[in-house]
Amino acid sequence: MTPADIRNEVVDILSDIAPDEDLSGLDDGKPFREQIELDSMDFLDIVMELRKRHRVQIPEEDYGQLASMASTVAYLEPKMRDL
Amino acid sequence: MSGLAAGIRLAHYDQRVCILERHYTIGGLNSFYRMNGRNYDVGLHAVTNYTPAGAKKGPLARLLRQLRFRWEDLELAPQRGSAIAFPGVRLRFNNEIELLRSEIAKAFPGQKNNFESLLRQLVDYDDLTQENFGGSARQFLSGIITDPLLVEMLLCPLMWYGNAREDDMDFGQFCIMFRSIYLEGFARPFKGVRLILKHLVKRYRALGGELKLRSGVARIQVDGDRAVGVVLDDGQELVAKRVLSSAGIIETLRLCEDTSTPEVARAGQLSFIESISILDQQPSDMGFPETIVFYNDCPQFHWRKPTSELCDTRTGVICSPNNYLYPAELGNLDDGVIRLTTIANHDLWNTLDDAEYRRQKMRWYDRSVASAVRFIPDFRCHTIDTDVFTPKTIRRFTCHDNGAVYGAPEKKLDGTTHLKNLFVCGTDQGFVGIVGAIVSGISMANMHCLREPN
Repeated sequence: MTPADIRNEVVDILSDIAPDEDLSGLDDGKPFREQIELDSMDFLDIVMELRKRHRVQIPEEDYGQLASMASTVAYLEPKMRDL
Repeated sequence: MSGLAAGIRLAHYDQRVCILERHYTIGGLNSFYRMNGRNYDVGLHAVTNYTPAGAKKGPLARLLRQLRFRWEDLELAPQRGSAIAFPGVRLRFNNEIELLRSEIAKAFPGQKNNFESLLRQLVDYDDLTQENFGGSARQFLSGIITDPLLVEMLLCPLMWYGNAREDDMDFGQFCIMFRSIYLEGFARPFKGVRLILKHLVKRYRALGGELKLRSGVARIQVDGDRAVGVVLDDGQELVAKRVLSSAGIIETLRLCEDTSTPEVARAGQLSFIESISILDQQPSDMGFPETIVFYNDCPQFHWRKPTSELCDTRTGVICSPNNYLYPAELGNLDDGVIRLTTIANHDLWNTLDDAEYRRQKMRWYDRSVASAVRFIPDFRCHTIDTDVFTPKTIRRFTCHDNGAVYGAPEKKLDGTTHLKNLFVCGTDQGFVGIVGAIVSGISMANMHCLREPN
């Protein structure tokens, strides 16, 4: 997967978790929390959906890497490059 | 209900889940039945925690996101309006805090600012921990609201809808209930609790979850500090990696084979009789348009189990499922219905023989209704059918000790037990009502069963 594919996949997961959110204007550099209403349970779901859909394992100590779209894609790129 | 919610979460993330239910139908305390051609709900007066479509905060929004339901799926119609009725004072409230605020300003002008101060000092759901959960709600409230009558009136609905402790209430439970009733609100699906259960079961099964009815758990098998499986009433054994129990904390510990575990917490004492009166007209046509009325016939609110009599009719809750703002195209329920809940003593009801049990049901139906009609129009001449259930009924269908509706007084917020892979969900976790049960199942599944890889 390319970084663009990964970004699309994360957007797809977010729209699944929070169907009422408008994700078209998402600023990749800003934390998700400042732009969408996500609580800690929703963050767990991003991790869980990645595991379910792509078998990507994200250890709990790395959850902080998923704060913004840019950091999420950068973190996932080596893990999802070969998918 | 908490079990189904947990099951959906786990099945969605590809875990093998089996839900075991002793009864022949689902729902536990939030179930339903049919009698004389009419549909009845067991527990449901109202779905609390109502927030309108599009709301992003609060337990309702959270459960919808977590279970991937749409707001529309639950078909929630908001209440028309409710009241707290004490001798000489009536405070109306609805799903907008503004009404309660103005009612307090009118009836208790000196408490207006104190009420604002109270609103500022409530702790939010997510900020409650086992550490700040305890403490006396009465003491907290009396420190802010200086008119004792207003303290009693504010506590009355909150205790009625979710306090397992007699006389006083845990501070955390108070914050949960205050938010869910006064700051969020009441709603109901036109078709009642069965609609919500139907959605939960359908989703759970679609995700591959297994649901076994008439499959009571006789005991939980233990090896060292772990639960290894369960044995059913018929002797069948099931092996499990984790066990999540909604049987109640004490009831769950008793099921564990390692009986050396001391029963640290005591079972709850508060149980109820509930009467359902079917009327020959809509309640609003006979002058009762309100959704729920919490009444108490003296300035002091008594929240404890009666000891000398089967019931205590000084306080009660009157609810009409007709009095919700259903969409115009649905009209209203065919029958007029008034439900009335009264505090009762489980042990006394349980010792009656069959004939006496039936006789006492009729007697306490009459007495509780006679008490209630002091606060709403007298509906007795419009009654065409009745049903009553008692603590004995609740005990039979939920297996909760003492027929306790709100579980044990000591809540276990994180759901952990003495065994590493046995957790409790449901009412003994501090969440109550339909939304509370569902959120409890979700959060226990998330916290204990989803964090590590399968």
